[in-house]
Amino acid sequence: MEDRTQAIQALATKRWRVSLMLSGAMMFIYFGFILLIAFNKPLLGSLVIPGLSLGILLGVLVITSAWILIFIYVRWANNSYDNEIARLSRK
Amino acid sequence: MNNLWYSLPLATVNPASLGHFNPLAIAFFILFVAISLGITYWAANLTKNTSHFYTAGGNISAFQNGLALAGDFMSAASFLGIAGLVALNGFDGLIYSIGFLVGWPLVMFLIAEPLRNLGKYTFADVVAYRLQQTPVRIAAAIGTLAVISFYLIAQMVGAGELIKLLFGFEYELAVVIVGCVMMAYVIFGGMIATTWVQIIKAILLLGGTVLLAVLVLAKFGFNPTTLFAAAATKYSGVLAPGKLVSDPFDAISLGMSLMFGTGGLPHILMRFYTVSDAKAARDSVTYATAFIGVFYLLTFILGFGAMVLVGQEAIKQIGTGGNMAAPMLAQFLGGNAFLGFIAAVSFATILAVVAGLTLSGAAALSHDLWVNVVRSGHANETEQLRVARFATMLLGAFAILLGILFKGQNVAYMVGLAFAIAASGNFPALLLSMLWRRFTTTGAVASMLVGTFSSLILIYFSPTIQVTILKHASAPFPLKNPGLISIPLAFLVGIVVSLLTSEQQAQEKFAEVENRIHS
Repeated sequence: MEDRTQAIQALATKRWRVSLMLSGAMMFIYFGFILLIAFNKPLLGSLVIPGLSLGILLGVLVITSAWILIFIYVRWANNSYDNEIARLSRK
Repeated sequence: MNNLWYSLPLATVNPASLGHFNPLAIAFFILFVAISLGITYWAANLTKNTSHFYTAGGNISAFQNGLALAGDFMSAASFLGIAGLVALNGFDGLIYSIGFLVGWPLVMFLIAEPLRNLGKYTFADVVAYRLQQTPVRIAAAIGTLAVISFYLIAQMVGAGELIKLLFGFEYELAVVIVGCVMMAYVIFGGMIATTWVQIIKAILLLGGTVLLAVLVLAKFGFNPTTLFAAAATKYSGVLAPGKLVSDPFDAISLGMSLMFGTGGLPHILMRFYTVSDAKAARDSVTYATAFIGVFYLLTFILGFGAMVLVGQEAIKQIGTGGNMAAPMLAQFLGGNAFLGFIAAVSFATILAVVAGLTLSGAAALSHDLWVNVVRSGHANETEQLRVARFATMLLGAFAILLGILFKGQNVAYMVGLAFAIAASGNFPALLLSMLWRRFTTTGAVASMLVGTFSSLILIYFSPTIQVTILKHASAPFPLKNPGLISIPLAFLVGIVVSLLTSEQQAQEKFAEVENRIHS
């Protein structure tokens, strides 16, 4: 029983570490974007190619990065986390 | 392909032709209401008990729930409000598109699975899991109702303007009609009906948006940059951040509210109880984020399309908030029939979101306040259902009143305020309760109350209420969105108060929380 409690605590620590790291990555990307909007408007207004400003391009990339981070999490959860849960509940 | 689109009969935009009785649009409207009431009637026969009423008995599949989450989230604010903001302000409107999406990864990583494993009907179940039930539930219900009220205002304003545009009714009458149809939905159908309405509506909304975007792009050789370039030629500076975020701290404040708000929205959190387990909750967020991301990318096209094709002057002539940009764009591209279709989709969107919101409000009032606080958990099914239905009627009436009071605001901006309250009142306490062993009842209650009331007070003293609505010369609080102050404050209060108090039982039960989350 002690074993199980400890194993769950270890798993909890691991899950929160992954979750908080990925959340941190999302916050870093998004707030980086917001800080550019707040403090460097001319940079975001500059055109990468005619008709496409850096701001719009980065905006699309922020949305794409959200998808990528979710993909990373789901891969981790389906492959590693679910297996450990299954192993714990068999004990 | 191009020639085909060009041969469509093009109506030129003439604001004077809008806002009168429009038979085609009305035909579409009646068709939708008939179909959805049919679904509601069918679902009413399936609503057997409280669990069905709130959470459809936990029987919704991950894909269905992903669509329903997307349906709940893509409200009038997203479709009407963001299209309008982008059409009138260019790049600044995109801040909303992006901000509304980036909250989803956080919901996925931090909230969805633990929530599914810990709660039953509302997010207060989770916060109260190892804390004292009564004070936590009262505080959570206050936060929930504040968020829902602001969210409802936005939907009512959008619906009122839309019905006025189509039918030529007075705005106030339009709001009353939406309110009544919405109450009928929720009272007779509960969550199963609401879920099906959300699913159908999500598909319609995505389809309508894709169709509109394709029609816009066809005019610009299927190249978005040609569209953006045309926008920049017609109105200079629209591709760069501009006047909406002229104060840097306003941009940061709005950004914080949008990012952390999603994880505190009661009607979104409630959706995780409609699936069978944590894995299904995870999968449903994946689907939802995919749908929502595509939708928000398309709002870039719709907004700039309306700016170039309809023109800012014509949009402003119909309403100062710009909320009618997307329907006007539809009329320009496909005439009255297409306007009718897009209007029906928008109306369905609003109706469905309002139903979802009302339902979570009813859950807070009846499940959290009535059953657990007033009756200390002893209320039979019939009584719970009766209280929930009464609560629905109360909220419906309240929503109608607020919708009339807040006439003329941009709906995406109004939803931004609801996000600020959710991010301050609900999100910090929810996260800390699952993550931090030392969190106490007093800390949770203090965090929820300080978060909710500080954001409400700051909104009251903000330029929008003081200058725009009350016509004062200046506002005591400079920011349009309170998030920058109220979110850190709610976290700080929750942590400091918990450190000052100690709760033996809450710490001991933390192991049980961990056990439940990871099962």
